Amino acid sequence: MKIIDKKQLAPEIMQFLVEAPLIAKKAQPGHFIILRHRENGERIPLTIADFDREKGTITLVCQGIGKSTREINQMQVGDSFIDLLGPLGKAYPIKKLGTVVCVAGGLGVAPLYPKAKALYEAGNKVISLIGAQRKEMLIMTEEMAAISAEMHFSTDDGSFGHHGFITEPLRAVLAREKVDEVVAVGPVPMMASAVKVAQEFNVPVVVSLNALMIDGTGMCGGCRVTVGGETKFCCVDGPTFDGATVDFQEILMRQRYYRDQEEEAIHRCKLEEAEQQ
Amino acid sequence: MRQQMPKQDPEIRRRNFDEVAHGFTAEQALAEAKRCLNCKKPLCVQGCPVEIQIPQFITLLLEGKPDAALAKIKEKNSLPAICGRVCPQENQCEKQCILGRKGESVAIGALERYCADWGRANEAVEPTCAPSCAVKGKVAVVGSGPAGLTAAADLALMGYKVTLFESLHATGGVLRYGIPEFRLPKTIVDYEVGNLEKLGVEIQTNVLIGKTITIDELFATGYEAVFIGTGAGLPYFLQIPGENLNGVYSANEFLTRVNLMKAYLFPEHDTPIRIGKRVAVVGAGNVAMDSARTALRLGAETVSIVYRRSREEMPARLEEIENAEEEGVEFRLLTNPVRLEGDENGNLTTMICQKMSLGEPDASGRRRPVPIPGSEEALPVDTVIVAVGQGPNPILLQGTAGLNLNKRGYIEVDPETMMTSIPGVFAGGDIVTGAATVIAAMGAGKKAARAVDQYLTAKNNPAKE
Repeated sequence: MKIIDKKQLAPEIMQFLVEAPLIAKKAQPGHFIILRHRENGERIPLTIADFDREKGTITLVCQGIGKSTREINQMQVGDSFIDLLGPLGKAYPIKKLGTVVCVAGGLGVAPLYPKAKALYEAGNKVISLIGAQRKEMLIMTEEMAAISAEMHFSTDDGSFGHHGFITEPLRAVLAREKVDEVVAVGPVPMMASAVKVAQEFNVPVVVSLNALMIDGTGMCGGCRVTVGGETKFCCVDGPTFDGATVDFQEILMRQRYYRDQEEEAIHRCKLEEAEQQ
Repeated sequence: MRQQMPKQDPEIRRRNFDEVAHGFTAEQALAEAKRCLNCKKPLCVQGCPVEIQIPQFITLLLEGKPDAALAKIKEKNSLPAICGRVCPQENQCEKQCILGRKGESVAIGALERYCADWGRANEAVEPTCAPSCAVKGKVAVVGSGPAGLTAAADLALMGYKVTLFESLHATGGVLRYGIPEFRLPKTIVDYEVGNLEKLGVEIQTNVLIGKTITIDELFATGYEAVFIGTGAGLPYFLQIPGENLNGVYSANEFLTRVNLMKAYLFPEHDTPIRIGKRVAVVGAGNVAMDSARTALRLGAETVSIVYRRSREEMPARLEEIENAEEEGVEFRLLTNPVRLEGDENGNLTTMICQKMSLGEPDASGRRRPVPIPGSEEALPVDTVIVAVGQGPNPILLQGTAGLNLNKRGYIEVDPETMMTSIPGVFAGGDIVTGAATVIAAMGAGKKAARAVDQYLTAKNNPAKE
């Protein structure tokens, strides 16, 4: 549970290398962990962005959005999370499909990378499309480049790559060549559009959902999502799902439910920071 | 006359999380103990799932030896402070009490609680494993709820080296995440778990057996037997339209946020809970009462229990129903939710309910609720808590090859030996029976501990047969 390395990937995005031999031993692409960074802390789910079974380490990537994630990003090498549970969720089944397009938006590269890497190692041709708000928010590009036959970028402000949404390069690739699967991970609207585009070309598309959750073991049902007209638990039935069957509108609404409390927590957090200064 | 435990005033307690019932004073405990007839053939003992020698402990209490009384209870029950609070005594020991047939039974539960609380306050000597009992072998206990805590304690007392695995960050299972502070203070759970550690039980939280470590790996790393007491933790939903609207919680999520994560202390504790002004709780078991009373304490203006049968069929303990009523929980009986509606942001606004009447008895022996046509009504709500039961959590079951399950998805065990289809793997509590009571799970943990001991004794001493 000890942090043995820490690296800043982008403004407010940190990568942690964490000692977790039991989790590393079992981790597979698609798995996640739940951690508490201190007493009284929330249970925070984070994707296992990479793992090294021999060294007994896992890689976590955290974007400081809320109070807890900001505090996590303040933690230093040598600090320990007080609780770390995993691996959780269903593994994403890795098959040799042929050509797979991996699409990531923002922090989505972190959950996408282990899947893309395993797809590459299984002999697939991986085409990677990575989008972000602006150039300095692009993360893990070197890791992705090492396993990709081709890379395309987009930024919302045009500071790097295509100026606009990542779904536009996706459409171009799908129009150009035969693709066997699209894997899309990122903000909900981005995944919803990626699914639409893939469906236009009749290409199967999987997504990785990031629902609010407490225990992560199927106990609370807080992370429920509607998939194929049925209620599924993101933590035990997912987090990877067939994108064509996911009700993204519902996920967007559910994600907003705790916004007021989150804002209150951040506000207090900032006040405390200000007081300390 | 039967003594009554002093309680916090309903008007005050409905807004705080402090324990509702204060427990007997020493005078009350003595007065109540005097009522026991000390029957030669005590029926109360037969009514107790763990066979506490009830007249004997009451006699010791009467003799002014609360320490000896507690030790007598602990011979059979390692968690009396918990059982004295949450056991349905009215259906068990107190139901069998001879005095009950002529009037009021002895308040056995309250006396048990008194002894346990006396022990905690006076640092009574807890049972220990005698130095002579050598380490007999390594046993893994999976799940730290009532079944696991009991099995772990009993096995440790028998001389086994026990490791207790828990997937959450804190021990206690339903005692921690489910039962609210005002009914079972968490300091009591901490104290009991502390006693377990003093017995030499090693506790590993944040380990999800079946995922982090498999059962095969437990055996491979030297454990000779495994007890599974993972409970029934998978929440059931109503399967009606609108159930994924914002504001609809499973009782498990609602109670876990409040009890385990202490959301009632937000923002000092980081996990939030959103509570509406108008709350409806669906179901009428103890979990429903806990949810309703918790909602009041979080500041809800109105809280209703919505139940499709009548008062008579409500599965909750009478005491909890009365507590809820005193605190102002409303009961909408013979009422069944059929649909939930929300606004354009996906936030819950309305529960559409149908009125029911009672027909012929169903498979459960209770009269089947039948919808009354044309009786739909709209109940304005901002929060709905679904407390209609739990099923078996599939994680461990799916991750363990060769573990036979019954039709309902629970683990199949030999009723005599508690052994599952995998040799050396035992199971008990809700994961075998389906959701039941704390004491039933403890009884199963106890029985399994004896069975594990017999199994390992036979296995390790084959020559003696």
